[in-house]
Amino acid sequence: MIVPLGMTIYFSFIRYILVNPDAKGFVGLDNYRFLWKDPSFVPAVLNTVVLIGSVLAITLVLGTLMAVLYGRGFPGRNVALLLVIAPFFVMPTVSALVWKNMIMHPVYGLLARGFALIGQPPVDWFGAHPMMSIIIILSWEWFPFAFLVLYTSLKSLDQEQTEAAVIDGANSVQLFLRIIIPHLKRAMGVVIMIETIFLLSIFAEIHITTSGGPGTATTNIAYLVYSLGLQQFDVGIGSAGGILAVVVANVAALFLLRITAKSLRGDG
Amino acid sequence: MEARRLKSLAFVILGWGTALAIFFPIFWMGLTAFKTEQQAYAPGLLFPPTLDSFREVFARSNYLAFALNSIYLSVGSTLICFALAIPAAYRMAFFPTKRTQSTLVWMLSTKMMPSVGVLLPVYLLSRDLGMLDNIWGLIAISALMNLPIAVWMTYTYFCEIPAPILEAARVDGAGILTEIRHVLAPMALPGIASTALLLIILSWNEAFWSINLTSAKAAPLTVFIAAYSSPEGLFWAKLSAASLLAVAPIMAMGWLAQKQLVSGLTFGAVK
Repeated sequence: MIVPLGMTIYFSFIRYILVNPDAKGFVGLDNYRFLWKDPSFVPAVLNTVVLIGSVLAITLVLGTLMAVLYGRGFPGRNVALLLVIAPFFVMPTVSALVWKNMIMHPVYGLLARGFALIGQPPVDWFGAHPMMSIIIILSWEWFPFAFLVLYTSLKSLDQEQTEAAVIDGANSVQLFLRIIIPHLKRAMGVVIMIETIFLLSIFAEIHITTSGGPGTATTNIAYLVYSLGLQQFDVGIGSAGGILAVVVANVAALFLLRITAKSLRGDG
Repeated sequence: MEARRLKSLAFVILGWGTALAIFFPIFWMGLTAFKTEQQAYAPGLLFPPTLDSFREVFARSNYLAFALNSIYLSVGSTLICFALAIPAAYRMAFFPTKRTQSTLVWMLSTKMMPSVGVLLPVYLLSRDLGMLDNIWGLIAISALMNLPIAVWMTYTYFCEIPAPILEAARVDGAGILTEIRHVLAPMALPGIASTALLLIILSWNEAFWSINLTSAKAAPLTVFIAAYSSPEGLFWAKLSAASLLAVAPIMAMGWLAQKQLVSGLTFGAVK
């Protein structure tokens, strides 16, 4: 994967248009300049940030609450756990289509029916709130991952420490804020980094629900690279977008590498 | 006492309630698969189940060809991963050098790159090598994407095997093949099996590369399902039936691999 990455960097500095083979040559930073001026660039960056930020926030908050709930245990927990992690195994194209059609359809979707029952007008999810709809689908897909990582981490929490805190008179809120959250910090960091890297490349869900639209409402960096490079055939500018995504991912990855390197050295 | 019982009842309801709510879309998809197209658009829970949609899916499209592509893809890329990962991990686990650790970290770092960063070169290389819409091209990409995870997990499992056992076998005159077959393999097998499950799940559900690199001939199930995004007429029951068949086997595997999932996906950062 290093070779293609090198090629992306190289492409991002040359003029390379698939349908016009005569146009070639080194253009320095021109591709990056064109990318910056492209009317869909700024929306794509903002959309990427909004998408990743919202999905991270939703999956982390819900994941933590669920991890605590499941860590406490209740009858049938291990079976319920299988249901909770199930969405993670559903292929992206299936989840996108099932949600878009059977649940969010403005007339026949389950949500529309539910709204009708309580006398509310149905919501045209993908028409009126395209970004929110995609965020909901992605959160559903990635929530199980966050939950499972946090739940696994929670199981390694020292029981004696919690018991001591309870004996010292800590109530559940204090327990949650002072012991559970600090213990989960590392796992949360891992969730943030891994989800960021995967969410940067989110493509299938957008491709088959909104195709980046309406307008540029749901175009993220990955979709922009696809549409510049493989729909408008401008490899140079598309590559510049790809490099941008790599840079963002590297910032997130640095932290994860530090953690893994630490666990390699012994304590893991 | 009464308050306590009430509290644990609340936890049961909360725990199961959220689980059922989260699982509901999958349940609904499974239910719709057994409806007729007309019933699929009505929210009914009670209906005479029918297999018509499944029959329709098989009759209208070459479903088996897509399913076979998915199987080739996931099994093929997993086998390639292991063919490369096992020798590499063996060397690194039992004959480590100064650079072993940095090599491992370096391998992992390639996994930190979002796929979109290499989309265009991979697409153009595939085109020039005649690998577009070719199952081998897709298998190769998928194997490359998953290789760091395979090496990492195999390495972790090998490290848990005490080196003296292997040395004892060598002292007793076992060659390297005997050593691998009779000593290493039996001990590492559970770990390798769960790694294999994880790799199969990842490549089965991978949609970024399959959508971009294949169209018809080599398309796996992810791409087949994506074709329902431009529907004609009533299609929910057929979509559900096709989806159910595509999702069910891999979900069963996911449930089996559940314990190893976390350490595999977080590269051992969370166990």
